[in-house]
Amino acid sequence: MAASHPETLDQLTFGQTARVVAVDGVDAISARLMEMGLFEGEVVESLGAAPLGDPIEFLVCGYRLSLRKNEARRVRIAGHE
Amino acid sequence: MSEPLTIALIGNPNTGKSTLFNALSGSRALTGNYPGVTVEKKIGRTQFEGRQVDVVDLPGTYSLAPRSIDEMVAVNVLLGRQADVNRPDVVVCIVDASNIERNLYLVSQVLDLRLPVVVVLNMCDVAAERGIQIYESMLSCRLGLPVVRTEAHRQRGIDDVRKAVLSAAAGSASATAKPPEPGSSGLKIFPEAFRQECQALSAKLTEFGRTETPEYLLERMLLDVGGWLETHAETPRQAELTDWLHQARARLAEQGCPVPAVEARSRYAWVRKVLDGVLVKPTTRPVTFSDKLDRVLTHHIAGMAVFVVLMLIVFQAIYRGAEPVKDLFTAGQQWVAGLVGGLLPPGPLNSLLVDGVVGGVGSVLVFLPQIVVLFLFIALLEDCGYMARAAFLMDRLMTRVGLSGKSFVPLMSSFACAVPGIMATRVIENRRDRFTTILVAPLMSCSARQPVYWLMIAAFFPATYYVGGWVGLRELTMFGMTSLGALVAIPVAWLLKQTFFRGETPPFVMELPGYKWPSPRLVLNRVYDRARAFVVRAGTLIFATNILVWGAGYFPGDHTQTDALQVVVDQAQEELAVEKEARLNLETRQQELAALLKSATTEQQTLELKTESTDVAGRLSELDQKLESLSGETALKVADLNRQRSELLENSLLGRLGHAIEPVVAPLGWDWRIGVGVLASFPAREVIIGTLGTIYSMGGDEEGLPTALQAARRPDGRPVYSIPVALSIMVFFALCAQCSSTLMVIHRETNDWRWALFTFAYMTILAYLGAFLTYQGTRGWL
Repeated sequence: MAASHPETLDQLTFGQTARVVAVDGVDAISARLMEMGLFEGEVVESLGAAPLGDPIEFLVCGYRLSLRKNEARRVRIAGHE
Repeated sequence: MSEPLTIALIGNPNTGKSTLFNALSGSRALTGNYPGVTVEKKIGRTQFEGRQVDVVDLPGTYSLAPRSIDEMVAVNVLLGRQADVNRPDVVVCIVDASNIERNLYLVSQVLDLRLPVVVVLNMCDVAAERGIQIYESMLSCRLGLPVVRTEAHRQRGIDDVRKAVLSAAAGSASATAKPPEPGSSGLKIFPEAFRQECQALSAKLTEFGRTETPEYLLERMLLDVGGWLETHAETPRQAELTDWLHQARARLAEQGCPVPAVEARSRYAWVRKVLDGVLVKPTTRPVTFSDKLDRVLTHHIAGMAVFVVLMLIVFQAIYRGAEPVKDLFTAGQQWVAGLVGGLLPPGPLNSLLVDGVVGGVGSVLVFLPQIVVLFLFIALLEDCGYMARAAFLMDRLMTRVGLSGKSFVPLMSSFACAVPGIMATRVIENRRDRFTTILVAPLMSCSARQPVYWLMIAAFFPATYYVGGWVGLRELTMFGMTSLGALVAIPVAWLLKQTFFRGETPPFVMELPGYKWPSPRLVLNRVYDRARAFVVRAGTLIFATNILVWGAGYFPGDHTQTDALQVVVDQAQEELAVEKEARLNLETRQQELAALLKSATTEQQTLELKTESTDVAGRLSELDQKLESLSGETALKVADLNRQRSELLENSLLGRLGHAIEPVVAPLGWDWRIGVGVLASFPAREVIIGTLGTIYSMGGDEEGLPTALQAARRPDGRPVYSIPVALSIMVFFALCAQCSSTLMVIHRETNDWRWALFTFAYMTILAYLGAFLTYQGTRGWL
């Protein structure tokens, strides 16, 4: 099950936290994600999705950030205790 | 005397930057566009302790990493490279205390610009609510910068900001002071390997013939892969530079500093070091009121319900709420027109003033209520934090047409009126999304199209009902016409995204800020700003267009006969009114007499009353005859006047143009009269009704217009109008850009005439094709 071992941020179950491993890509979008606090070592919590399933809301650095699944897919994560 | 100071205000979005700007500059700001870009230039002139200060408000941003010419503006202003703004003496960096880590990221970039910085710590109350504590004197020490605590929305701490700015300016002005090192406490932001590459790049650029590049721009060239500075390096040897940057980035990756990750890694590491011991926050984030509210407002069912209700309220407010004020303006306009018209004898000057000038001013003012109402709501929703949720909820829907959730509110508003809708697109920070939204907004069926639909429907569509009276043909047609534009907008938006605004989908990386009470001052300021911008920048051109179209409909032509006839008609109508009043008086007397007669007690009284009654009846019948002939004469004169007007219009420049384009509009089923109506309605769609009234010699009688249209015949005796023609006119008006105000606003908002022209061209072509297909497709069987 993808949900039990999420590899990217879009797969993270709502209410769960994970640690960022890396952000793929070198373009503006990846740079933007990193600027917003999504870089290696950071802890992220998935808060839930919008009514139509996309975008998803996350808690990063103590604030709420909304990302589309397409963008969240660039963020590789690992389980977090 | 000390020199005037320039200070630049920068900060993340949702930090209270606008509130601080208003508090510092006393809300008297000059707004405009920076040349060649769509970034709003906002400068407030004020005095700090008697010294003149210009406060430059920069757009809210999370990062100073320019990817486009628009994003380059802030960097250029800060570096003193923006031609029309003085180099800032001090940069005021506003920081959200409840979110200090991410906010200090921007501060670290500003520090790299080597300018005196004052850090303003705002929203400490929100931070306290979340259990976050910041020791600001320690922070000031770590950063080597003055740190001022404010509560901008309560006007607290503003004086301290002024003092800090003045002393920072004084400090940097003293001859010995060198620009501070980034993090003068000795905390270097970037690793050694990266700094060496920066130096190498500097040498390379000198070799390539570029003089003196500020250090920050060197950093950006290395960090922003495909960014503005890499692609616009102002060197003739661009290709070589790109190659070199490619190699430099490879070298950095080998040394464990991959671009762009090295920036976030280094800057956030620096932020952590700065904040170590300065920031105390609870290990688990407490659930605040804002979080609880969000559980409802972003809920799958409750959130959508609240959203739909809110949008309905906003829409109704623009559509209905602004209506009484609009009517008031129209009434005021008629009053002024009557006043001006009464002062001057009929003639060109009278017509210019009444129809051209007063009409022109009116056509500008008529938009104000809608703009004010919409921006009142937008400012409220934005300031309280809901706007980001609206975009969050609607994003999925809007991505299907290639736009983002942020386009929803501007497009929805355009159903009431495209002018405020287009002005509302400023919330969309991505240029391609914003321009696409601007270009399709005029397709939404605005309220000015409805009079045209109603006229055609009333004249040519029977009030037939289907499904047991639930569905009416007229309502169905109206619904179809209202939806048409939005349906067409979907492929248009898609096409625009495939052609002019091609590029990778912009990220939807959006902060959902905490909710707060909107600040009335800020909201009113925003509304005033928008209204003023519209009147000053778009209004003058809308006015000019009105005068032009008035002139085309008035000249050439000898109006002396018509003007003389107008005087006669005015007199006749006055006379008619006098006689009508006399008749009314007599009638009243007759009723009185009848009543008195009933209660008469003596013979004598009865006799007297009867005599008077007979007399009154006689005078009444006399008057009735006179009235009949008089109103007959007047009607003839009015008809004559209307006919003359119609002829004058036919022979005017506009009329001749109408005749000239007849072959072009014939395939749409139109005659030259409709052509003239369409030409004359360039300033605003609803003008076609008045023009058709004049052409069909109806004067201002709009109620009789449907009948006149039904009766209209071509020279060969065939009726001009039929259901296919009416449909073709409606489809044309649904899709055309006959609204100079919209085009002026597009020009203002895109800062480029070509987009206004493009919109006019593509919509006119669409409208023509739509009308052509409608007429040719339906005339066989309708």
